[in-house]
Amino acid sequence: MPLTKWWQRAREVCGAPRTRRIGVTMEQWSPCAGDVAAGGGRLLAMWASDIGQDASAAPSGRGAATEVCAAFLTDPGVLILELPVEPGRASGPQPADYPGIEALFPCASRMQRAMFDLSAVRSSDPDRRPWLRHAPEGYDFVRVAGEGVHEVAVGPVHAGTIEPGHFRFSVVGEKVLRLEERLGYKHKGIERRFSGLPLAEGHRLAARIAGDSAVAYSWAYCQALEGMAACVVPPRAAALRALCLELERIANHLGDLGALANDAGFAFGLTQFSRLKEDLLRENSRAFGQRYLMDAVAPGGTHADLAADAATRLAARIAAVEHESAELRGILEDHAGVRDRFTGTGVLTPELALRLGVIGLVGRASGQALDARIDLAFAPYDGHPPAKVVRGEGDVAARATVRHEELAESCRLARALLASLPPGPCLSSVRTPVAGSFATGLVEGWRGPTFVALEAGPDGRIRRCHPHDPSWQNWPALEHAILGNIVADFPLINKSFNLAYGAVDL
Amino acid sequence: MRPAAYISQSLEIAVALAAAPLFLGWVNQCRAWLANRSAPSVLLPYRNIRKLFHKDAVLAENASALFRIAPYVVFGTMVVAAGIIPSLSGRLPLVAAADAIALVGLFGTARVFLSLAAMDVGTAFGTLGARREMMVGFLAEPALLMVIFVASLISATTALPAISAHLAGARLVIDPSLAFTAVAFTLVLLAENARIPVDNPATHLELTMIHEAMLLEYSARHLALMEWAAALRLFNYACIGFALFVPWGIAAGNVGPLGLTLAIPILALKLAVAGAGLALIETLSAKLRIMRAPEFLATAFLFAVLGLLVHVLLGGP
Repeated sequence: MPLTKWWQRAREVCGAPRTRRIGVTMEQWSPCAGDVAAGGGRLLAMWASDIGQDASAAPSGRGAATEVCAAFLTDPGVLILELPVEPGRASGPQPADYPGIEALFPCASRMQRAMFDLSAVRSSDPDRRPWLRHAPEGYDFVRVAGEGVHEVAVGPVHAGTIEPGHFRFSVVGEKVLRLEERLGYKHKGIERRFSGLPLAEGHRLAARIAGDSAVAYSWAYCQALEGMAACVVPPRAAALRALCLELERIANHLGDLGALANDAGFAFGLTQFSRLKEDLLRENSRAFGQRYLMDAVAPGGTHADLAADAATRLAARIAAVEHESAELRGILEDHAGVRDRFTGTGVLTPELALRLGVIGLVGRASGQALDARIDLAFAPYDGHPPAKVVRGEGDVAARATVRHEELAESCRLARALLASLPPGPCLSSVRTPVAGSFATGLVEGWRGPTFVALEAGPDGRIRRCHPHDPSWQNWPALEHAILGNIVADFPLINKSFNLAYGAVDL
Repeated sequence: MRPAAYISQSLEIAVALAAAPLFLGWVNQCRAWLANRSAPSVLLPYRNIRKLFHKDAVLAENASALFRIAPYVVFGTMVVAAGIIPSLSGRLPLVAAADAIALVGLFGTARVFLSLAAMDVGTAFGTLGARREMMVGFLAEPALLMVIFVASLISATTALPAISAHLAGARLVIDPSLAFTAVAFTLVLLAENARIPVDNPATHLELTMIHEAMLLEYSARHLALMEWAAALRLFNYACIGFALFVPWGIAAGNVGPLGLTLAIPILALKLAVAGAGLALIETLSAKLRIMRAPEFLATAFLFAVLGLLVHVLLGGP
């Protein structure tokens, strides 16, 4: 059955545009995932939800205790499969509660392992090592045997101020034969913290999942909540949200570009881009009262309005950033030493990126032309479409170029939004959704599509919330991008990906 | 006569010990200014060394005696090296014991001890750093030797003060062979002192380090000595450069106390200019991919050989 048939059968989901869900049985699960893969779909998120013994909550009945959900980015839109499973019923030497989809979508493997750690539903994936649960007995890294092969273990404690992650390199001399990542050091139970929180306050927690993606997460959360409450966001609030999201993108791209230059030993780039970023953050603070725009987005609109004089100053600041970053881009791109370090380093070919299901900024640098702002055209991006930036080289230089061009595009977009800021209120009331409502939010943050699946419980509280970072999909791709490169180039390649640790450790 | 020589010898070592951290601080300050950052104090390296001397040393459980001895050996060789490089005066009794080729050997000894100590504890980073250090070292050493050979051929001696005195006495024209060797020497200086573009002294990325990776296991007084020795090495290299390429102002012969006192501000001026120049080179370049370091040092060697050929072809003075 082709993908379109599944799509037609699926029910509309409120929140993010063009999203549908369909309950599938154990027999339909794998064929349906296969059809999605055949139709060019990509895995967007995977999560398990405890549905208890309540038969009315489980679409396919049989008193299942847990529901395994998989969201796919497909041509017609986001398709969510819901599979009820009964954990612990299976037997045999390798008992599995449901068939895993890691063969179709390689990035599903870690999500399935994390789901077992959190919800005890076991996939058929032969890789049964825990992912988020750090057992005292350690972790079985894959060993590379051979003449002169040795291991270099880096992290989770690093020499610099960076997030904890462990990287196990198998090297011969300087050449990397294999890299294995070990994450989960920042697991803090965010999903469990969401449960029971008032729906109207969840956006505050969402904004703190990843400090660099505060707007993306809080907007995605609010999109879901407003979807279930049938709340229409005032046009001014929608424009302000997009403005905040673009400011977040600009700030992060500025930071990354500076850090990339610094990792190539060109400290001038770091100081210049850091200065631009800091100036912008201070302007954020003056305009919205928050440097990192933590609580700018609120259910029903935005928390704070933008005063006219603040808007003028912000526009001037953005114009300055646009001008100076273009100048810096010229310096970086003309610098032979920097170019030599960037070009051909950490190549992720478009074919491999497609196979691994890489999304977001890293995907766009490897020929994956996906941008939810354009593909789903949620408000206000339907009225202010950004240009899609895609490169095919897949090396550090391509990821830097995508950042340069997106930075310029976001500056243009932010100024256009500021110039045509609609008048009116920036906050509308949100009624309490009925228990059992389900909605999703999907926003293209600077890293990529930021997804939130939200289920309402009784008394206006959250029953289940799953925030999903694009880093889930892109971390495994980093293990491939480093192959054949030298160990000393890893920090540069890692920085060009700049994936989240805390947001995937949850 | 004899006491005067010993006074100038002691003064020279004392000045090297005292001025080396200052020179490093000055380079760092220039680097910060050139990158539009507000600069740390030039005295920061002193404070750092003092802080480290006040701390209790932590040693890895499996560290051998070599690991503990290495800082003293490395520091000691750098002090001896400072004693045979004419930075202030040409009258150095120590020179009778070690000429310019022995100087290269001294640097080599320090490198061997540093690398062995880095591998002693058995961490991945130490070994990684030691391996890279040896790669840089075995390519830098011949280039440095070649530079010294050119200068020795010109002045027909391998004693540094004599070379320096001979070059200072030559007519003030640019000797093409020395011009080539000056370029070669600058490249070697950058590589041997863990400066950009070969190594990045300011990085926090363990995987990219060369010199810093070898020091990761050191703490307290051992680290202080290692840092001081690194500052001394940079100072020594700068002084070798002055002795070979700008030898004017070094007190030679029987100039007495006045000449020595006059040599100090001249040295300070040279160091200030050299430090600013070094910072400029570092600011303008990005770090090379480590696998390009051999090309970089091969270029240095090539320049030194060119210098030698030019000297032979032009039939030197």
